[in-house]
Amino acid sequence: MIEVSNLSKAFTLHNQGGAVIPVMAGAALRVAPGECVGLVGQSGAGKSTLMRMVYGNYLAAGGRILVGGVDVVTAEPRQIIALRREVLGYVSQFLRVVPRVPTIEVVADPLLRLGIPADQARDRAAALLARLNIPERLWGLSPTTFSGGEQQRVNIARGFAHGYPALLLDEPTASLDAANRAVVLELIGEAKARGAAILGIFHDEGARAQVCDRLVDVTAFTPARVA
Amino acid sequence: MGAGELGIFGKMKLQPLLSVQGLTKRYGARIGCADVSFDLWPGEVLGIVGESGSGKSTLLSCLAGHQRPDLGRILYDGDDVLALSEAAWRRLLRGDWAYVHQNPRDGLRMGVSAGGNVGERLMGTGARHYGAIRATATDWLGRVEIAADRIDDRPSAFSGGMQQRLQIARNLVTGPRLVFMDEPTGGLDVSVQARLLDLLRGLVRDLGLSVVIVTHDLAVVRLLADRLMVMKSGRVVETGLTDQVLDDPQHGYTQLLVSSVLQV
Amino acid sequence: MTDHAYNFAYLDEQTKRMIRRALLKALAMPGYQVPFASREMPMPYGWGTGGVQVTAACLTPDDRLKVIDQGADDTTNAVSIRRFFQRTAGVAVTEATVEATLIQTRHRIPEQPLSEGQILVYQVPIPEPLRFLEPRETETRKMHELEEYGLMHVKLYEDIARHGEIATSYAYPVKVEGRYVMDPSPIPKFDNPKLAGNPAIQLFGAGREARIHALPPYCDVVSLDFEDHPFVASKADACCDLCGSGTSYLDEVITDDRGSRMFVCSDTDYCTSRRAEGQRGRLSPEGRA
Repeated sequence: MIEVSNLSKAFTLHNQGGAVIPVMAGAALRVAPGECVGLVGQSGAGKSTLMRMVYGNYLAAGGRILVGGVDVVTAEPRQIIALRREVLGYVSQFLRVVPRVPTIEVVADPLLRLGIPADQARDRAAALLARLNIPERLWGLSPTTFSGGEQQRVNIARGFAHGYPALLLDEPTASLDAANRAVVLELIGEAKARGAAILGIFHDEGARAQVCDRLVDVTAFTPARVA
Repeated sequence: MGAGELGIFGKMKLQPLLSVQGLTKRYGARIGCADVSFDLWPGEVLGIVGESGSGKSTLLSCLAGHQRPDLGRILYDGDDVLALSEAAWRRLLRGDWAYVHQNPRDGLRMGVSAGGNVGERLMGTGARHYGAIRATATDWLGRVEIAADRIDDRPSAFSGGMQQRLQIARNLVTGPRLVFMDEPTGGLDVSVQARLLDLLRGLVRDLGLSVVIVTHDLAVVRLLADRLMVMKSGRVVETGLTDQVLDDPQHGYTQLLVSSVLQV
Repeated sequence: MTDHAYNFAYLDEQTKRMIRRALLKALAMPGYQVPFASREMPMPYGWGTGGVQVTAACLTPDDRLKVIDQGADDTTNAVSIRRFFQRTAGVAVTEATVEATLIQTRHRIPEQPLSEGQILVYQVPIPEPLRFLEPRETETRKMHELEEYGLMHVKLYEDIARHGEIATSYAYPVKVEGRYVMDPSPIPKFDNPKLAGNPAIQLFGAGREARIHALPPYCDVVSLDFEDHPFVASKADACCDLCGSGTSYLDEVITDDRGSRMFVCSDTDYCTSRRAEGQRGRLSPEGRA
């Protein structure tokens, strides 16, 4: 479902003398449907960079990223937009929303974009919020005012609203208490069971052990350079 | 669901709604915009960003028919709009296209009631039933969160945010497919901006609008635009997915632009 | 008592030819405003300089001229213009609508139906119906060219929204032959139905604005309205207190300091003719008895 081969990335800092910083070379991995692959490696090794490239958020310098048959490296923006709408979900560490929009709308939004009727989309959103222990009195408020943990749970609910065939998870259990952590791991398990291919970053070793079928160490993709 | 059976691209229309090729506008020796090309697909929101004088407003006014470009082609639904008769062009501007001005005073008739402002495009396209026009106007005022009992008030009695929402209702009432927006949130208080952004996002999503939005506010495009085009000195220096351009800018100017935004 | 110091009907022949060309063009494009080189006339703008020039271009020595102002033959404006043509053209004059071959009018159409061969010349202050909504002349011309008349209905919409009905009571816009929207000059909307299918030639002259428009005989003229707020040719709900007519357009006259009032026909010739036939109203000497 997700297939990365010979992927490389460099940042060019035009405003700092045009310095070119290579950060990744020869990256390769595969995630099959129903499989969860965890990215490991020390901080700064390029886990998030790789994940962002798969999502199309960072531009690759070379190589191939096939998601559902689409090469994200060469795809037109509109193809990536369609891919993100229907195939590829992403739970980032940060919630970015229009201020003032109620939490339930934020969670239902991915479904509304797919043309799912508003009442169905809200029912699904409500079920997820309830499961993630967001009190119902908060559903009508904007999540911008919530605590870090609450925002993270809203973000997860939004990411799991639609049954994406491929899912990227960046620290989904960070800053969660034990009960909510268990719910998130359940959600990941259910996604795997329905055949989703999941690529994730988990600093939480217990969580990693519970959901990951394989681990890929990104340190192997660090380009040869004087560090 | 396997990758092959998804067929997500089969569902997409094969032709862009708007296709701009090599658009150039000069003011004497000075360049307004030069060699701008892009495709806009149905349901897509394209943000055009750049500083004052970058040519983004010139480009928008050429696209919307306010100025004639010196060179280039503008294809709408496959038809060359620069070759259209003026009558056909104006019909387009009254029905299929819409233009939201930065200053609502430029886009509204200040001496005409809110209902009359919203109804004008309907009457301009042949509506002749007062009751039906009024019902549609009331419905649209509701959609842009203006109370129905304000329908007979003139826009001069409205706040800036309400005027802008009224302008949006007036433009969208005929169900246009393509909307041009020139700094639609400029000049509004931050809290009012957020409300307008939310409203615009909902309308774009629910009506499947294609939008070209010109702004210097990167926060606005991050929340509204699917794709971004960065302009400098009349030329396009970078294009791409909005979040990709903002998070991993490739061109030096874009890097400068992104890094110059104040964080709150 | 023709004054031979002037050319026939005051204007020189070249000017009259120029105006006639404009008139022919206007008749060929009913409702379209034809620009013309309006001349200075020996009267101020607003006193009918447009109508007078059109009349001068149409008059022949055999014509019989009638001039009315708000329906009356005996007001200052009507009397002045009538005398002007008596003096400069030496044409016969009349107050009887049926006898006149050319009628110059300000703000009324006579009650007596007109017939073929008659010419009705209107004095027009502002010929552009879109003017009050769109001040730019370049834009209004473009709107006529492209038949963009939605704005006219915005004006009527505003009327209904504000007053519950179409409150425009004079200079009520019409669409001519399904093409041009025209301002029929400030006649009461009561007169609008008489514009349509009229056997007479109707000519409109705006002197200050230098525009001529026209309706050929039997022309299709439709007053703009909404399906659910149809056009109504309204008048005061009363009968003439002098001749008793219940169908003619009425003026309201305050008769003393205690607020007493009476209604009389605005068309003086019509009222006089009816009284000559023995018709009586509430305040006629015989009617009172």
